[in-house]
Amino acid sequence: MQDLGIRVLFMGNNFLRLLLGLWITIKISLAAAGLSLVFGTFLGMVMTLENSVVRAVSRVYLEFIRIMPQLVLLFLVYFGLTKAFGVNLSGQASAVLVFTLWGTAEMGDLVRGALVSIPRHQYETGTALGLGPLQIYWYVIIPQAVQRLLPLAINLTTRMIKTTSLVVLIGVVEVMKAAQQIIEANRYTVPDAALWIYGAIFFLYFFVCWPISLLAARLERAQ
Amino acid sequence: MDTAFISEYAPLYIEAAGVTLWLGSLGILLALAVGLFCSFIQYFRIPVLRYIASAYIELSRNTPLLVQLFFLYFGLPKLGISLSSEVCAVVGLSFLGGGYMAEAFRSGFQAVEKGQMEAGLSLGLSSGQIMRYIVFPQALSVSVPALCANVVFLLKETSVFSAVALADLMYVAKDLIGLYYKTEEALFMLVAAYLIILLPVSVLAAALERRLRYAGFGN
Repeated sequence: MQDLGIRVLFMGNNFLRLLLGLWITIKISLAAAGLSLVFGTFLGMVMTLENSVVRAVSRVYLEFIRIMPQLVLLFLVYFGLTKAFGVNLSGQASAVLVFTLWGTAEMGDLVRGALVSIPRHQYETGTALGLGPLQIYWYVIIPQAVQRLLPLAINLTTRMIKTTSLVVLIGVVEVMKAAQQIIEANRYTVPDAALWIYGAIFFLYFFVCWPISLLAARLERAQ
Repeated sequence: MDTAFISEYAPLYIEAAGVTLWLGSLGILLALAVGLFCSFIQYFRIPVLRYIASAYIELSRNTPLLVQLFFLYFGLPKLGISLSSEVCAVVGLSFLGGGYMAEAFRSGFQAVEKGQMEAGLSLGLSSGQIMRYIVFPQALSVSVPALCANVVFLLKETSVFSAVALADLMYVAKDLIGLYYKTEEALFMLVAAYLIILLPVSVLAAALERRLRYAGFGN
């Protein structure tokens, strides 16, 4: 019995269905990661301002988003927004919204950290050379900050891909849902399908995230 | 906001928060043990075991907890290993956390200069004594921020437990939304419960980090 179970993976288009399901998770995380990169960079730059109101607001936003489990945020948007404002978002749309909100907070903090970590004399030297504030940012600060930021931002992407697995719990049909469908469909012919299918998904996630983590680790060492 | 509803169902949340806290802390303690064990194996470069340890660390860090739990809860019974929801949750959390904790400890060990160990050797200490009295205390003070971050991270991850039929906070909230359509109240209590659990932990972690900044070598 045990040795036959693995065939469920390759029966019909089962494996393709799993991959397509995984693609939906990855699509959500890539969309959210792209948006977070844009908004997070902006947030990070805003957070370095001396204005205390801006600081307080961004701090509260950051701490709230970071302290809440992502699943709670998903529930807040998926169930809460609908009820409170009558906005009816699909599971995928709420997922992109939540992961963008979360990614913006995380990315903002990384950008802030990278900007702050650049020694003050870099700014001062730029000024002494007669560069304007925008030129200082563009030619001096950003190239250095990006180098520090890149591995951290890539790590954030893998975290996002892993966390997007939660979207199945708000009803998005992705890899876990496809798995459940396949297992149900083969309940009588392949009773131990669950073992193989969930095992396969475990390694699918691993082979998506692992290369990205390795890349991040390599970039970090290169510094 | 229906305050009567909130006061009526708050006890459910308190009970669920107890489940989250109890299983969460058990999982975190085990994760610390697993992580420490793996980092020792890597530090002492124990043959064969160190490759297993690093494979485990990569596997646990690059897969989501939800997938691990589904495998444990729905997959393993097909091999004849049936675990209860609670056991699955704790095993899953410590499997995930072990990898993260091992990385945190490893970065601490790396930060201790080689000269420290050599000085210990020249004083005639055994390698066990060097670890116990010289390397580990210094490594620990470097690792603490990362360890604390992992504790908060793992506590947050417990929110996935509802997927394996555990009556945790998410489960209660979803139940109340489904049964009574009291979405605002249920979500409000959910957020409040997580804030009550997580805020003190993260404040405590920040305080610990500040205190430890003075414990480094040479200052």
